[in-house]
Amino acid sequence: MSDIVIPPGLVLIVGAFALPFVSLRLRNVLLLGLPLVALALVWMVPDGEALRLSWFGYELTPVRGDALARVFGTVFALMVFGGGLYSLNQPRTLELTSAYAYAGSALGVVFAGDLLSVFVFWELMALASTMVIWSAGREAWGPGIRYAIIHLLGGVILMAGVAGQIWTTGDIGFHAMATDGWPRWLILAGFLINAGAPPLQAWLPDAYPAASWSGMVFLSAFTTKTAVYVLMRGFPGAEILLWVGLFMACYGIVFAILENDMRRILAYSIINQVGFMVTGIGIGTELALNGAAAHAFAHIIYKALLLMSAGSVLYMTGKSKCTDLGGLFRTMPVTTVCGTIGALAISAFPLTSGFVSKSMINSAAGEEHLAVVWFVLAAATAGVFLHAGIKFPWFVFFQKDSGMRPPDPPANMRWAMYLLSAICIGLGVFPQPLYAILPYPVDYEPYTGSHVVQQLQLLLFSGLAFFLLLNALKRTRTITLDVDWLWRGLAPGPAVRLARWVSAWRAVALERLGGSLTFVVGSLRRHHGPEGIVGGTWPTGVMAFWTTVLLAGLLVVYYI
Amino acid sequence: MILDNLPALQVVIPLVGATICALIDRRRVAWPIALAISLVGIVISVALLAQVLAGGPISYAMGGWAPPYGIEYRVDVVNAYILVLVSVIGAVIMPYAPRSVAAELAENKQAWFYTMYLLNLTGLLGMAITGDAFNAFVFLEISSLSSYVMIALGRDRRALLAAYQYLILGTIGATFYVIGVGLLYAMTGTLNFVDMAERIVDVESSRSVLAALAFLTVGISLKLALFPLHVWLPNAYAYAPSVATVFLASTATKVAVYLFLRFFFSIFGARFVYADLPLTEILLVLSVAAMFIASIIAIFQDDVKRMLAYSSVAQIGYMTLGIGIANLNGLTGTIVHLFNHAVTKGALFMAVGAVVMRVGRHDLEGLAGIGRRMPVTMAGFVIAGLSLIGVPGTVGFVSKWYLAAGAFESGAWLLSFLIMASSFLAVVYVGRVVEIAWFREPTQAVASVEEAPLSLIIPTWVLVAASVVFGLDAAFTAGVAERAAEALLAGIL
Repeated sequence: MSDIVIPPGLVLIVGAFALPFVSLRLRNVLLLGLPLVALALVWMVPDGEALRLSWFGYELTPVRGDALARVFGTVFALMVFGGGLYSLNQPRTLELTSAYAYAGSALGVVFAGDLLSVFVFWELMALASTMVIWSAGREAWGPGIRYAIIHLLGGVILMAGVAGQIWTTGDIGFHAMATDGWPRWLILAGFLINAGAPPLQAWLPDAYPAASWSGMVFLSAFTTKTAVYVLMRGFPGAEILLWVGLFMACYGIVFAILENDMRRILAYSIINQVGFMVTGIGIGTELALNGAAAHAFAHIIYKALLLMSAGSVLYMTGKSKCTDLGGLFRTMPVTTVCGTIGALAISAFPLTSGFVSKSMINSAAGEEHLAVVWFVLAAATAGVFLHAGIKFPWFVFFQKDSGMRPPDPPANMRWAMYLLSAICIGLGVFPQPLYAILPYPVDYEPYTGSHVVQQLQLLLFSGLAFFLLLNALKRTRTITLDVDWLWRGLAPGPAVRLARWVSAWRAVALERLGGSLTFVVGSLRRHHGPEGIVGGTWPTGVMAFWTTVLLAGLLVVYYI
Repeated sequence: MILDNLPALQVVIPLVGATICALIDRRRVAWPIALAISLVGIVISVALLAQVLAGGPISYAMGGWAPPYGIEYRVDVVNAYILVLVSVIGAVIMPYAPRSVAAELAENKQAWFYTMYLLNLTGLLGMAITGDAFNAFVFLEISSLSSYVMIALGRDRRALLAAYQYLILGTIGATFYVIGVGLLYAMTGTLNFVDMAERIVDVESSRSVLAALAFLTVGISLKLALFPLHVWLPNAYAYAPSVATVFLASTATKVAVYLFLRFFFSIFGARFVYADLPLTEILLVLSVAAMFIASIIAIFQDDVKRMLAYSSVAQIGYMTLGIGIANLNGLTGTIVHLFNHAVTKGALFMAVGAVVMRVGRHDLEGLAGIGRRMPVTMAGFVIAGLSLIGVPGTVGFVSKWYLAAGAFESGAWLLSFLIMASSFLAVVYVGRVVEIAWFREPTQAVASVEEAPLSLIIPTWVLVAASVVFGLDAAFTAGVAERAAEALLAGIL
């Protein structure tokens, strides 16, 4: 039985390509069955190098089992099941094929035991996820192209790093590496691009909201969390990750507070949440790594839940701007309740999955006496509550009455949300099953008096801040722009100045970037285009002339 | 008896076939002859490769005149590999040819097309197999003259100008080559490669030998379209009939690269060329320029055949880059890329040829939405495009891996990064075609189009499959390429 190891990801990838060729009924059976098979296979992979393959002179290990891989494998398979259930009524099979191939390659990365296999699945993931975005339709073309370019660039950097690592050390295995030497730095950079780290983080909020209502549910789960996995495997305790992670945690909050589109708010909050995990990896103790893994597990579930509720709203109303929405709780009770559960979980409310995982990272920072890290994480936790915990449900489901009366979404979408809500609360109340599968033995109790009180205080005060701010907001109902609600209703203060500065800076930076890109492309086209001096057809005499010049040049060089 | 004469038969059979085709001048007869000869060519070249792999180099004295006085055909791993490459591509193209040629050429010109194809095949195989510098020139001219005719047969009127420019530059290149050979003959008194290599050691510091090297470098570089001597190539490929484009793009430049390797490594000797002369730097600079500038030009093209042609110039940059790196991995990369690029680019041009046959045009706008009407053809284009980019699991990756490893070993890690970074440009130009073909609404002209006939799809997919199969299991291609590289680096013929 254990002799034959079937790569869990392969089932999803192969199954994905069968989807377009079967009847709708069988398609739906496959959508639900494939992830369950993959889940079973995840748990059948034995520890150690389970599958070896000789390719091109290298001994590859496409499947390697251990505890860390199993945590991510489990949550990925669960997520595909939830996402598949949610998307049963998605008419575009192309999107589902791409999403399943994408999830399968993410599973491939998680179980890959050597750098070349990691790279292969990494690139597959980039291609498949681009197809997920593109299958949303014409408007997704531009963001999809930008997404593909960033990820292929990341792939090139990773490839250069992997190649350098193999040639300098002769070691093809994928295990913890020190941050020294350019190959390792390139690998780290390639990983970080997928994690949504600065300076290229903008791909994430740009591309994800361009996907369809179901596509973004899949996208939110795999790319960044696979990056978290590889960072955890490759660079645990690398100090630079600490600061990168803190930056991401704060960056995500600032922009999520400024944003008006509900799905873009959630996209920024992915960066913020991944920031927590990256910080945990940077701390690098067993507790911190456990915390990062647990947080990735919990985050995948509640972020998908949030995006499912946002996706349901988009699916039923066709709108996604906060200013167009509001008051939907009357007719969409299920979506409201599930969305709120997700919001509570992301805010790390006690009795939700976010609390039991995030508090591990905070405690790890405390144990290592990293005061700055601890304070920034605490502040970021409050910030999360502001933007994702309150802002998202408040503006979408409550606030003013938008006049829309859409019903709850179809049954399969409701059931997917029930399932994930149950996991969020279940793990919050009984964290033991999650703790049991973490890579290191867990001796951690989240529900101590001080933890709970501290967290509740934090949440209470940030909640208070939001509603104080909201009072000022009520007078300006006509706002349509995405950021200006913040300073129209408020007296100028440091926060407002910061917000204004950031958004102004973003506008200028985008304009500059756009301008210089246009200039570069324009001048390249002028010279290299069909009419240009380099790209055009030269007269025969000019060609002959250059031939002679080259000959003369060679003669001179040879004679010297 | 026949086994002993295989080297001669390899060249003589297509030559005789060309003559018969020309004399009969009937389309219905010419194609079966060309097909049969192409298939026989594969058998002979594979038999030669097998012999060489098993028993070392074969020497064949033409007409019984012993070398160095007579013309010697000499087959070793390097040129046996080239012979297989050329004859395989030729044989894959022939089943594809009749429908495509019938669609693009007037009926009374079709027999001539096959004649010219066979002459071109003769020339390319001859250049590869001969062990005699002047004999190589003769075959170079045979292949060049026949390719001018093939290009000029294109139905676009610009084909004539393209063929004319290629004629002028090709002739300059051939003249430079013959001047170089003449200088060498004056200094060494022999035309036989082996003999020349032995005698050149005594005179290598003389100005005449240096001048000969310069003339040969430029002359052959023109034929292989080394940047900036590439300008004849895009128009020639763009306006030639589809079949001619496929054949020339997959084979002509490759054989020129072989000749380059032969002169640099086997005759002048790697030590002389690389240690005493600054050739490495020149080659590396020109190669990197080709990789980037030609790729950028390709991005801005409005015509898919011209775009692929510029991409060829960029890919030739990879090949010369490996020559410039000149260590085992780099040279293996060059040699394996000869094959890998031939199947990849062949598949791409075949897919485009199928589209041209159905739609009648090859500008990018005309391809809008063609993916929905011709899904099989365009799926092949996408897979071959991935290979052009160098995605793992395709042949493009294998070549780039060896080249990057070679660059890295020689201490130039920046170069290995550039190799990977330039693939990024291929993403853009392949991506443009994919976008237009698959994501745009079909135009009216495209909407009524049918999928290409099987006789076009099967050869296309044979090459597509080859670019994946040899990417997954590179043991055969890379193994032979590595042996060829070893032979060249050892300086033995």
